[in-house]
Amino acid sequence: MSRPIVIKNASLYGDTPATLLIEDGVITTVAQDAASIATPDDAVVIEAEGLVALPGLVDLHTHLREPGREDAETIETGSRAAARGGWTAVHAMANTNPVADTAGVVEQVYSRGQEIGLVDVFPVGAVTVGLKGEHLSEMGAMANSKARVRLFSDDGVCVYDPVIMRRALEYVKAFDGAVVQHAQDLRLTEGSQMHEGVVSAELGLAGWPAVAEESIVARDALLAEHVGSRVHVQHLSTAGSVEIIRWAKARGINVTAEATPHHLLLTDESARTYDPLFKVNPPLRTQSDVDALRAAVADGTIDIIATDHAPHASEDKDCEWAAASFGMLGLETALGVIQKVLVDTGAATWRDVARLMSETPARIGMVDDRHGRPLAAGEPANVTLVDPNATWTVDAAQLASRARNTPYGGIELPGRAVATFLRGVPTHLDTQLEGAFA
Amino acid sequence: MTGTIMGAADISRALTRIAHEIVERNDGAADVVLMGIPTRGLPLAHRLAARIADIDPGFDAETACGALDITMYRDDLFKNPTRTIGTTSVPDAGIDDAVVVLVDDVFHTGRTIRAALDAIRDIGRPRAVQLAALVDRGHRELPIRADFVGKNIPTARSERVNVHLEELDGEDAVLLTKGA
Amino acid sequence: MRHLLGTTDLSREDAILLLDTAAQMAATQEREVRKLPTLRGKTVVNLFFEDSTRTRISFEAAAKRLSADVINFSAKGSSVSKGESLKDTALTLQAMGADAVVVRHWASGAAYQLAHGGWLHGSVLNAGDGTHQHPTQALLDAFTARRHLVADPTGQGLDGLTVAIVGDVLHSRVARSNVHLLNTLGAHVVLVAPPTLVPVGIEPWPCTVVHTLDQAIETYDIDALMMLRVQRERMSGGGDAFFPSPAEYSRIYGLDADRMNRLPDHAIVMHPGPMNRGLEISAEAADSPRSVIVEQVANGVAVRMAALYLLLAGEEGAQ
Repeated sequence: MSRPIVIKNASLYGDTPATLLIEDGVITTVAQDAASIATPDDAVVIEAEGLVALPGLVDLHTHLREPGREDAETIETGSRAAARGGWTAVHAMANTNPVADTAGVVEQVYSRGQEIGLVDVFPVGAVTVGLKGEHLSEMGAMANSKARVRLFSDDGVCVYDPVIMRRALEYVKAFDGAVVQHAQDLRLTEGSQMHEGVVSAELGLAGWPAVAEESIVARDALLAEHVGSRVHVQHLSTAGSVEIIRWAKARGINVTAEATPHHLLLTDESARTYDPLFKVNPPLRTQSDVDALRAAVADGTIDIIATDHAPHASEDKDCEWAAASFGMLGLETALGVIQKVLVDTGAATWRDVARLMSETPARIGMVDDRHGRPLAAGEPANVTLVDPNATWTVDAAQLASRARNTPYGGIELPGRAVATFLRGVPTHLDTQLEGAFA
Repeated sequence: MTGTIMGAADISRALTRIAHEIVERNDGAADVVLMGIPTRGLPLAHRLAARIADIDPGFDAETACGALDITMYRDDLFKNPTRTIGTTSVPDAGIDDAVVVLVDDVFHTGRTIRAALDAIRDIGRPRAVQLAALVDRGHRELPIRADFVGKNIPTARSERVNVHLEELDGEDAVLLTKGA
Repeated sequence: MRHLLGTTDLSREDAILLLDTAAQMAATQEREVRKLPTLRGKTVVNLFFEDSTRTRISFEAAAKRLSADVINFSAKGSSVSKGESLKDTALTLQAMGADAVVVRHWASGAAYQLAHGGWLHGSVLNAGDGTHQHPTQALLDAFTARRHLVADPTGQGLDGLTVAIVGDVLHSRVARSNVHLLNTLGAHVVLVAPPTLVPVGIEPWPCTVVHTLDQAIETYDIDALMMLRVQRERMSGGGDAFFPSPAEYSRIYGLDADRMNRLPDHAIVMHPGPMNRGLEISAEAADSPRSVIVEQVANGVAVRMAALYLLLAGEEGAQ
């Protein structure tokens, strides 16, 4: 598929309409006037009027479950879900089985991603062996492997021991890496099921207090400052965490933070149905937390949107709330949710979305030589076309993920990716565009 | 024929006659216990008891009157909206070896009385059970007959018979209306 | 009523109907023949994921006295060692033709999931789910209180009465059920608990919270005092305990003769059982004439008969 592609009159970053010419995986021309481009005879022409062109999206927080839980998701099904959602790169978390704590596992994951070729899969290495929080894993070996790992995380569990956390922060400086923290005080959240507050009190579900996140965020910001390292905080969920990040940034600490689409849309009220589809870690919080997160995304305190796409086999969700696994799908619904909560509300522009979902995550993940690049001549053709006027109803059965645990089933979302190009190759085409490539 | 079938005077005369018949049939009222079936059988039982006491001064209208709620014995519980359970009250002396006269307003299919007979069986073992009804409108579905009837009213199945009583409805009347 | 899952969504009208029906059921239990033919042909399944012999036999007696067929189904399992899934169990019961499922479960929300999972058609009666709700316990408590404290109780609520509930509110489904039901019936609820055993987020509950039993007795005109069972392991020091020691709990929250004698003369003492004598309640209090604890057990059968009747009789139940 080396035919040239002309994307005609797409609105770049939601602003100026322009036409892109893609040849051999590279954007070769960007012109305001479509007529000024000499369209090659064999080119595929996409009439993109009304569509928004964004740099291919980069997810810093994805669970692909392979190796180990291929019944929930595989690198292949997860890649397809990612492409459909407009992503051209995903960072695969280390909590697989075996854990991605050796060069062997991360290379395997990376290679499998390349083999499938729908998105670039960048493995995140475990901070500690087996995610047990006791011994540092061989981060150097993973960094120097073919997978070139730069982010390290025990995601799913917190790097709880402050000494281990300090050492990890120090150690990753050697290869310009970062520790990606799942901030959760383990003692304060033993047996926790949902946000601790009015709803948990009524439902009789053990509470996961906001302070259990905030205390770790504060600790890690201070540790990062102390050792002069870089920490990225995952899935910020509370208003208090936002305040701490804001404070840390003002102080000049090298900290970045992400928010998930679900924490920007849903609240703990969802738990009233006892439907484990709404069980996630950190838990859905209150409306005032949601409001604080949205404001923090708008003012830049929160750097990026990441999905925390967490597929689970149906038997792990079709059960009692307390017995169910934490996590929800996110790759295919993220754009729609973000348009709903940020763009349509005026809190962010499509230009901001490009920053939040592509440019900054690529920079944090140290893959900004290939991803999150400008839509400009000479850049790799990683492009996502979004139809902001498409409204669609989420149907769990229609998702590309192997798992079905979306909390948005039956919900109408605005906007979706209608085409995704990875180095000029279409990895996802909406039915309306398939014809162009026939 | 629709409209008012019995007026206050008709009802009063019918009850007086039934009271006499009960006393006559049972050689006095010594062992008689009147069990009214809620809702309208209850005031009727009290009225009959008062009249029997007029005839037989040895009869204590207060203690020989009870209420028999048959809700939990109905055979159509699962075919209708949930019914509220009414009160059953049995005279302190019980009903063993008594002559229980069941009192209801309208005698129709016989199913209410079938349920009442089952209910009686769980409360005690009377010597005999008799049935008094203000109106018998026919259309029996079970082999049950009344011992004492105020008035026989031939009706069509679709018609409705409504008994109004002073105690509950502010007037005494039996009304026959066309069914819906 | 289709299901009885909790007390928060129970209207005052329905609550009083349940209590009035229970009163009629109680009356039948004084007869020579205590069995009624009412639910002949209906199948009631007691589905217990958590052991509770008392609750199970109470429901079993209630169902049998209404002539329902009773199947006891004990399904072991916990969040740690998953047994048969709730869904598969529900499908099994559906296949057996259960008209009502009485469910006791260690997980909060299990009864709700059973009722709304689309797995079975029968009515679901929550017999205690995790630390969430135990509606028939609250109903029998309200029934018992109404019998003792309200003259001519039929059709009445508990208006103007003050009920104090003492103990581990955090982990108590009995407290959660009672707070809402008693409030719906017009009573003022006072919760008495150490701050460690009061849930975060309790503010919207329709009740008052105080932190010592003496303060509750001095401040309020208590008509009914309900002592909750405390789990000994939650009371004994160490990292996971909510209280320094059982002895201290007993000193501050236990009902002894002295505290009992400071209650108004008409006040009753309740306990959902089983009691820890000497911990939350002294023998003197438990065995005193004010204690209605044994009567609560008897009323439990009547209340459960009422609940089964109202769920299963009527055309909806016939489906």
